[in-house]
Amino acid sequence: MSNFFKKSDLTRKDAENIISDTLNKCDDGELYLEESKSESILLDDNKIKKSNYSSDLGFGLRAVSGEIVAYSHSNDISKSSLKLSSENLKSTLKSSKGTYNYEIPKSNKKFYDDINPIEQKSLDSKLEVLNKVNDYLRTKDSAVKQVTASFSGEQKSIEIIRSGGESLTDIRPLIRFNVSVMLEKNGRKETGVYGIGGRQSYDDYLKNDNWKNVCEEALRIASVNLDSKPAPAGEMKVVLGPGWPAILIHEAIGHGLEGDFNRKKTSAFHDLMGQKVASEGVTIVDDGTIDKRRGSLTIDDEGTPTERTVLIENGILKNFMQDRLNARLMSTRSTGSGRRENYRHIVLPRMRNTMMLSGKQTQDEMIKSVDKGIFAVSFGGGQVDITSGKFVFNCTEAYEINNGKIGSPIKGATLIGDGPSILKEVSMVGNDMMMDPGIGTCGKAGQGVPVGVAQPSILIDKMTVGGTKI
Amino acid sequence: MIKDQEYLKSKASYCLNLAKKLGATDASVTIGNSISESVSFRNKELDESNRSDSLAISIETFKDKKKSSISSSNLQDENLKTLIEKCFETTKITPEDEFNSLPDKDLLERQIKNLDLYDDSHLENDKKIDYLKELEETASISKKIINTESGFTEYKSNFILANSDGFCNGYKSSSFYASCVAVAKDENSMERDYEYTNKRHLNDIASPSNLGKITAQQTLKKLSPKKIGSEKISIIFDRRIANGLLHSFASAISSSAIARGMSFLKDKIDQKIFSDTINIFDKPDLVKGIGSKCFDSEGVKSETLKLVESGFLKHYLVDTYSGKKLNMKSNGRSGGSTNIYFENGKISFEELLKVNSKNLYITETIGHGTNLVTGDYSVGATGFLIENGEFKYPVNEITIAGNFKDMFQNMTLANDLEFKYSANSPTMMIEGMVVAGK
Repeated sequence: MSNFFKKSDLTRKDAENIISDTLNKCDDGELYLEESKSESILLDDNKIKKSNYSSDLGFGLRAVSGEIVAYSHSNDISKSSLKLSSENLKSTLKSSKGTYNYEIPKSNKKFYDDINPIEQKSLDSKLEVLNKVNDYLRTKDSAVKQVTASFSGEQKSIEIIRSGGESLTDIRPLIRFNVSVMLEKNGRKETGVYGIGGRQSYDDYLKNDNWKNVCEEALRIASVNLDSKPAPAGEMKVVLGPGWPAILIHEAIGHGLEGDFNRKKTSAFHDLMGQKVASEGVTIVDDGTIDKRRGSLTIDDEGTPTERTVLIENGILKNFMQDRLNARLMSTRSTGSGRRENYRHIVLPRMRNTMMLSGKQTQDEMIKSVDKGIFAVSFGGGQVDITSGKFVFNCTEAYEINNGKIGSPIKGATLIGDGPSILKEVSMVGNDMMMDPGIGTCGKAGQGVPVGVAQPSILIDKMTVGGTKI
Repeated sequence: MIKDQEYLKSKASYCLNLAKKLGATDASVTIGNSISESVSFRNKELDESNRSDSLAISIETFKDKKKSSISSSNLQDENLKTLIEKCFETTKITPEDEFNSLPDKDLLERQIKNLDLYDDSHLENDKKIDYLKELEETASISKKIINTESGFTEYKSNFILANSDGFCNGYKSSSFYASCVAVAKDENSMERDYEYTNKRHLNDIASPSNLGKITAQQTLKKLSPKKIGSEKISIIFDRRIANGLLHSFASAISSSAIARGMSFLKDKIDQKIFSDTINIFDKPDLVKGIGSKCFDSEGVKSETLKLVESGFLKHYLVDTYSGKKLNMKSNGRSGGSTNIYFENGKISFEELLKVNSKNLYITETIGHGTNLVTGDYSVGATGFLIENGEFKYPVNEITIAGNFKDMFQNMTLANDLEFKYSANSPTMMIEGMVVAGK
């Protein structure tokens, strides 16, 4: 565990006094201390292009009064710097008359180990894997014209000190291994990308030469795309494959169920609590407690233990995701969803691992039921307009469906839909729920946080496919 | 107070000396400090205040053709020493790359122009609050506006870039940024729109009433949108969206994308990639420019480039590393384009709307549907249907798609260029794209 006071003129006692003094008439707040160590090693264009190590240290002091959040952060963990931040907060919240809420739930559960993944694998052996990836792919297929492979690893230590001196700590490992390949054949170029990761050591993911499977998958996606035809344009039926395509759930539904947008009534879901927002058989949870997953957290960034939050149960809207601020203002409790990218940012209610649970049908039944539509297997990024509810995401692997049969692959098209109504268009839920491979990063208000998604195959009766073929 | 040049220079030389002492053949270091103070409002009440003081250092060490880097936010000498030692240890075991080097000495910028990028003005939070109050008052022009959010950020920074070839330079810059987002609701829909102002100098920012009024008008106009059918249609990009195509173009002509073969514009120098009337400039020395730079991120001098001349591609954006690979000299574009813009077209905005009897006018796109390897483009969009030069009704839940290769060739620009962002375009029409809707 990092000792944030070791090399500072600031003692723990000083810090506790400044925190208690700053938060005296506030409803909530804390000092958040963070030290992170990260690395990024990149092979590209036949060479090791980048080998970077980074260390970051800083604090953020937050005071919450009513609906107002005052925040100040700095890299300089010193008495003068913390005092400067404290004065800044106090000047913003001159007239606050709150009562500090000392209560914070406790749990002994941990969802990952206190490891530093960077130090658990030598640089030499990382370089060796990257070179093997490059050789393997270039030998395997002469159409391979570019290979990019990377390791990124991180260990983040945090400490939260609340008014009164209560301290909560967490050590969070996170790794990702990624392979991207570009093929060129008959003048056409296409790329395929695949990655794996989570909160364990690199070797937990790479055992039994698992890097080969990552290569194969990237190569397979690129090869499929080399034969792709222009995508159709217009409304049609869409079958989504299991796993990563659940970013549709994340964009279409997840963001709209975050507490802040609903407290502010800017979400299309804000007045739908207890109502039917999805077809029967659709159950969606947001779970921070799955062992060693990318989106899991032992405690959130306010110190609240995470949980499994049921968002939609059998079609009915049950819960929003809450941090402490929005929970207090909406008279409910935090769901352990308060997150921040790092000490430079304020806490917002965010998703962790967002999952649609399995139903009864098979993927086969879904495909067979479609006369004309598309089958989407993998996606790039997505985005949502919370207010209008419209969301998009980009297919990176998709096929036509004609008369109940999977046809040709189609070019990357954007799918667009309406969040509040899309789940009512779900007419079949598969029995094959799968987690994503551990690669998702969600962006909100300029902050990126690691997340996970999961879903079974699903059939959506009507969505707009943004192709070029009319 | 942000750290001054003297402090940053002393830290930089400490790092360079140490790297040399450890045996590095070359080294470079960038140190930056930034302080931002922001206030945000929601529904005419204070919502958030945020003060940010950030230090960042990044160091590259070379052992002949071997290279690695470290970065940190902790500038204590003891920490820097540990990190530089670690960096150089890594450098020694990193494989060689023949193209690794500092920039050519004769390309380094010697004279720093004064581009007026820094304004020392400080606006107290109370004054920011006054600005935002007025802004939100003027944004609340209709009962249909149910939510307003606004923010004001004052940002000041200073940096130094130094390398072991003797380059050591940096400068202060500032920005003053205010924005407003409104949500409007009627019986059919809830819609959101925004407007912002971002200037180097405090006195140049838009008035709060202007910002509030524009946001409200734009948001109200979007209410009760319709979805249109799928068809081939002429698309007009509002200036705030048209500039996104310039960013994509800039990424596609970056020497790193070209050298790696990952761009649809590879091998297109001196070829016609745009329609005849299109000229594109990249001007680093625009006074008070949002994208202005006195030198690039390696210290190389950068001059104005006419990237596209009468439709022909004339330059890539070249940095040292990829330049060596492509056998080209750096043109001071490590870090990308600076102030990139289309030259004005020949016709007015009104005339552009009438070129075709039916147009789709796009004000916002969402999604990441830009593939620079193939040039394929497919994004979600919202906007308006225009018939015979007149705005008919708002449109949403549609996508627009095409391929940049065709889109660039079918481009017509109006003559309403404004320098508001780091990439600037007049209103743009592209014919022959496909909209997917019903």
